[in-house]
Amino acid sequence: MSTYHAGLLADIGILTLGALSVYIILATNQLSLGNAGFMGIGSYLSSFLTVELHWPLTAAVVAAALSASVIGIVVGFPALRLKGIYLAIATLGFGEMVRSFLLVFTPMGGSGGYHGMQHVSLGYVWIWTAGILVVILVLEHSHLWLQMRAVHDDETAAGLVGLNTTLIKVGAFGFGAAVAAVAGALFAHHHVYIEPGNFGFERSIDFVLAVILGGSTVGVGALGGAGLLVLLPEWLRFLADWRLAAFGALLVIVLLTRRQGILDRPLLARLSFRGAGP
Amino acid sequence: MSDGSTDVLLRLDAVAKRFGGVRALSDVSMTVGRNRIVGIIGPNGAGKTTLFNLMTGAYRADAGTIIFDDQPITDWPPHRIIRAGLARTFQNIRLFAGMTVWEHVLVTQPPEGNVMRGLLPLRWSHAAVSARAEQILKFFGLEKYRDVLARTLPYGIQRKVDMARALAAAPKLLLLDEPVAGMNHEEADELRRLLLRLNEGGLTILLIEHDMAFVMNLCHELYVLDFGVRIAAGEPAAIRSDPVVLDAYLGSEAAC
Repeated sequence: MSTYHAGLLADIGILTLGALSVYIILATNQLSLGNAGFMGIGSYLSSFLTVELHWPLTAAVVAAALSASVIGIVVGFPALRLKGIYLAIATLGFGEMVRSFLLVFTPMGGSGGYHGMQHVSLGYVWIWTAGILVVILVLEHSHLWLQMRAVHDDETAAGLVGLNTTLIKVGAFGFGAAVAAVAGALFAHHHVYIEPGNFGFERSIDFVLAVILGGSTVGVGALGGAGLLVLLPEWLRFLADWRLAAFGALLVIVLLTRRQGILDRPLLARLSFRGAGP
Repeated sequence: MSDGSTDVLLRLDAVAKRFGGVRALSDVSMTVGRNRIVGIIGPNGAGKTTLFNLMTGAYRADAGTIIFDDQPITDWPPHRIIRAGLARTFQNIRLFAGMTVWEHVLVTQPPEGNVMRGLLPLRWSHAAVSARAEQILKFFGLEKYRDVLARTLPYGIQRKVDMARALAAAPKLLLLDEPVAGMNHEEADELRRLLLRLNEGGLTILLIEHDMAFVMNLCHELYVLDFGVRIAAGEPAAIRSDPVVLDAYLGSEAAC
């Protein structure tokens, strides 16, 4: 495999995780535009652990995920009071806060960035991506996920029929933050150089875009969306300067024709030859 | 009776609620005995649904206490109250838009076993949950709508799904907010028979309803609210002839 293709595949794997981190939070009807912040935390923390403290990489990834999930839970509580566009703006503020903190945090390089990480293989990236994707695909059939969908559809009613909406919404933030941190740790150790600019607003938007494009009601939508988001601009290279405009137009067309994204439950049921069984 | 307190499932003591300057409920007291069917009637805006919202923790009472199954639930959050055995339906139904009928009777079921089981696919490990869901669907005659998105069903069926969802939470007390609103006589009569069967099975029922014939035929006991005040309580026959009630509610109803 050429370095070019390996690079694209690694990007797809990392973006899939980022998209999944948004998907988990979105499953409880909360839109986070700050997941690049969680990714940045995972990125810098895991790099610190492997480079400065010589931790094995996997332990560093797990530690970064757990720490980010604690921060995600802390962010999740004030998020309970906000809905829709207000929550989106508040999480955007959180993401920018993390980025600007990293920019002035000189022990980890500040604006100059940070390096010294061991490069990880494409295989290692995809073991994490596939593992987390499978966990989420299994979780989607659980009673917990059913409760998350109830909160998504009607939070007030969900509370009044006995579901602990606070726990579910805050938990989703914690879980989503952990997945974003794994994406960050893999990003840092695949690119072996990180800077605060890697974890800006555009990255958060990419995550959301991948989910919306691929399908926001099923976990595999994140994978499909990430694939398209990375590969489409490459395939459209023949359009030269027009390729980003063409990409934007395609995006608008998809959203106009399939608001739920390319993949959804009925489509998956048809593809799996099992019919629309429960 | 010596152990009288254990025969009372729900007790409200001087419960009050105001919204801004409006007194929605003033010092309302009531008791619901175990295995009884009790009705709350009263004109629109009398505070009936507000009472339900206080009982289920949707609102917090400004004053007074609510005791359910010998536990003070006045300040409990809704999910804790419902786990304690008090489930409700909604006047405006409020089903989950993306869920099938089947999913509605799964989602409210109490968690069984440890946390891990809640994370595994329902198909793998939850035979008891599926069996109960199956049983509830059958009871309401909803099997044929099992995999249909609940919100796409006719109104009367949606009411049954709302009730099935509440029953799936395994309540001791079922609160029904206008269960026969929008139903024809046949449907109402069928529902009356279903509620009687549930009551025979040991379920206590508290319902808000405007359909007088339905209430009189079903309830053992009635409470009448008017402008947030309890103006009468007693057996249906006594309520029917109570001049205060006739004046506040039945009289005006008969007039129009």
